[in-house]
Amino acid sequence: MQLLISLCCGVLFGLGLMVSQMANPEKVLNFLDIGGRWDPSLLLVMASALLVYIPGYFLLVKRRTKPVAAESFYLPQKRQIDKPLLLGAVIFGSGWGLAGICPGPAVVNLSGGDVKIFAFIVLMLAGMRCSGFISRLKS
Amino acid sequence: MTEFTPYSAILGGAFLGLAALLLLVLNGRVAGISGIIRGIFTAGDGAGSWRWFFLLGLVLAPLLAPSPVELPENIRVSWWLILPAGFLVGLGSALGAGCTSGHGICGIGRLSGRSLTATLTFMATAMLVVYLIRLLMA
Repeated sequence: MQLLISLCCGVLFGLGLMVSQMANPEKVLNFLDIGGRWDPSLLLVMASALLVYIPGYFLLVKRRTKPVAAESFYLPQKRQIDKPLLLGAVIFGSGWGLAGICPGPAVVNLSGGDVKIFAFIVLMLAGMRCSGFISRLKS
Repeated sequence: MTEFTPYSAILGGAFLGLAALLLLVLNGRVAGISGIIRGIFTAGDGAGSWRWFFLLGLVLAPLLAPSPVELPENIRVSWWLILPAGFLVGLGSALGAGCTSGHGICGIGRLSGRSLTATLTFMATAMLVVYLIRLLMA
């Protein structure tokens, strides 16, 4: 059951990325280009997503002790705003700004068959791997 | 140059919010795509398969989409930007524990200060990078 739910949520999420055009790097880059010909569409995407998510979270999730089809809620417990968070956000933001592609749109675009997307994902996995090395060096 | 598309933005955004909400209410999971991908390699026994199914759903979406809804025909971003971009997106989302979906929707959606801070930080950085690139290319 959980797997079917995950599959359906994935499809719905993917459709959301396509309908909203988050899956189109040019749309994203023009949203980020506030100094130029700014396209504010993606601000509405986020606002609209939050308008659904926030009330849903407080009305449905907060009132339950466990999810409908699983044993418990797996939510991040960290509250502290620390260095890895800020450094990670700056690094992520630089990458997002270079190409206008973040992980969700990258995966959705896989079925378009463009080699650039495959390359992006391979490098993204490599980057994720390297974060492990950085964390281990620190500790 | 892209047009301002308020209606499709609002509709698509609602889909994203609903998908993320359903995944949490039903399965108890956060719809942060970078976290889902990373979890495939790091999560313990049995906790990985829902991740594959979610990602499969993402890949299937373009095949199931009704006709006016399409993927961009080709990715125009040049190779020398795409490769470092992929690496930085992977590294940054892993270090910062989230990406646009995880922090931007699910985290802010729970009114998390961490996620709000991360989102404002990566948006500001991305805007600066776009500004610099367009300045250099002009």
